[in-house]
Amino acid sequence: MSWLPPAVIGLIDIALVAEVSVVRSDGRPMTYPLIPMWDGERVLMTSSILFSRKLEHIKKDHRVCLSLSDPVALQGRQDRATIIGDAAVIDGDPHVDWERVLPLWAAKEPVILQLLKSRVAFPLFFERAVIEVTPRRVLYWPDGDASAEPQTSVEPATALAAPVADARTGVPA
Amino acid sequence: MDVRSGLRSIDARLALTKLAGYPFALATWVGEDGYPLSVAVDVTVDTNSGTASFVVPGGLVMPSAGEMSLTGSHIRPQPGVGYDERRHVTLWGGLDRDRAGWITVRPTAAWGWDESEEPFPEYVERSVGQSRRYLGQLSSELGRTVRPRLSAGWLFLRATRLPFLSAAIVPVTIGIAIAAVGGLFDPLTALLTIIGAASAHLAFNVANDIFDTRLGADELNVNPTQYSGGSRVIQYGLVSMRGMQGLLVLFLALAVSIGLLLFALSPSTQLLVIGVLGVILGVGYTAPPLKLVYRGLGELTIAVGFGPLMLLGAYVVQSGGPIDVAAVVASLPVAILVALILYVNEVPDRPGDSRAGKRTLVVRFSRGTVIALYDVAIVAAFAIIIIGVVLRVLPLPALLAVLAAPLALRVHRGLNVSYDQPYALMAVMATNIRIHLVVGLVLLGTYLSVLLVQALAPGRSLFLP
Repeated sequence: MSWLPPAVIGLIDIALVAEVSVVRSDGRPMTYPLIPMWDGERVLMTSSILFSRKLEHIKKDHRVCLSLSDPVALQGRQDRATIIGDAAVIDGDPHVDWERVLPLWAAKEPVILQLLKSRVAFPLFFERAVIEVTPRRVLYWPDGDASAEPQTSVEPATALAAPVADARTGVPA
Repeated sequence: MDVRSGLRSIDARLALTKLAGYPFALATWVGEDGYPLSVAVDVTVDTNSGTASFVVPGGLVMPSAGEMSLTGSHIRPQPGVGYDERRHVTLWGGLDRDRAGWITVRPTAAWGWDESEEPFPEYVERSVGQSRRYLGQLSSELGRTVRPRLSAGWLFLRATRLPFLSAAIVPVTIGIAIAAVGGLFDPLTALLTIIGAASAHLAFNVANDIFDTRLGADELNVNPTQYSGGSRVIQYGLVSMRGMQGLLVLFLALAVSIGLLLFALSPSTQLLVIGVLGVILGVGYTAPPLKLVYRGLGELTIAVGFGPLMLLGAYVVQSGGPIDVAAVVASLPVAILVALILYVNEVPDRPGDSRAGKRTLVVRFSRGTVIALYDVAIVAAFAIIIIGVVLRVLPLPALLAVLAAPLALRVHRGLNVSYDQPYALMAVMATNIRIHLVVGLVLLGTYLSVLLVQALAPGRSLFLP
């Protein structure tokens, strides 16, 4: 059972695209649009090796955040959320490892099944890694007004192990 | 410029203009705990001062100095499919924060992608270098070589460009059929001829990939399509250069062995000349020192190789040397149409070819001249068939080839409309390939029908009286 607010899980489930921010080795944030998928515990995403700089950044720094903010990508939902978490890259075999997320992916982008049948035409696109994000904190704006103070949820283990002074920013006490 | 660097940097001012087109932006910064944090903000873009400003969102502790990024992102949902209209832009810059609670970002760098400006296949192609780098790093991490893969069947199809084999099968089978009409047909040598010609064609396809890679043409081409730009198996790391060289040796050895066997079974000076010339033109098409395609002679080489040489070669294997004028005439439209396959397929390749010094006719000529030359050549191909029938060199049913003329009109129109759109040209290239196939099959069917008439109604002729 996830500690994530059901509304946020609903946003992940419906989102066609989320903006994923990672941290480069020079400390600068980089933001990439990716399809978010929810497996009941973690947010899953998949990236081709063609567009793998994000994977390189995550391997060097696991700290990421996902923004679910675009009402168009959220298919009309107006509420917004930002999920802060730790990411892991699964790429032991880029040819097949990602296929476990295919059903979740195809549910959001059905055309991918047709493209996969033409794998010979896009061989590198279908060499992929899975990004698994374990959520640590969530900021949620129920009415989508991000200028207002968000509702904040923190992973229970994180809250117990390292209480933070301000869960909204993560600035340690 | 590294055309395969993947990420496309954008001028910061241009990126600001793009950002202004998004309904909102994501402000992203790295907090003191090292985690990035994004929040949606309504930005006010001032292109004159080169800044983007927004009010600090409530309840969040945002930095008052340092650097921040602003991202605009857009898709259009397509129910049952996924989405399209993908575009995003990210800008970075130092920030100022005033007492009124406004943050102003002065972007100094930006990157992004807009599929309406750079089609997805081109974005993929430009990112191939990044994929190679990643797999290299992954191989180091895992202590074993990680390569992209395809199933053996698909890989063979892709590496050899197997679907293009019709370019060899068509002239060879026509040559055999014409010989058969003259009472010259041996099934064993006919079969060997088809296998030998197919092997030679596959060898030349592989040689083309090897030498276009070595000479830089395939590397510089960022708009390959299903029909143009080579197989890409070397660029994608699916097959090593050594693997392709092995494949070349295999197919070439098979073709030469069959050629020698055919020469032993049916020796003639004509066959020897055709065989030697075929190998020289086939390999020299791309390989140094000839590099015929780099010198604007590629179209002529293909016309000669996949027209008269293939067709007459197959014919002389059956005839033992003498050449029928019908075989010569029938080879000419086939030659023109196969050269036009290459010619049209070169249109999307021309920027990369030009950069690599591959001076094809399409690179040399203006758009208007290229299309006019296509028109002249396609009309000539059909005219030769009509004249051949009128002069009673070709059987009457060969006139059915003219039914393919509307396809040529579609190619003409397609070239006019999509000349500068590589991916829109794919349908045009497919139609153009179909013309060669349809005309070839009509000519083959023509001679098969002559054989049928000879068998069922001796004395009846399918030639004009």
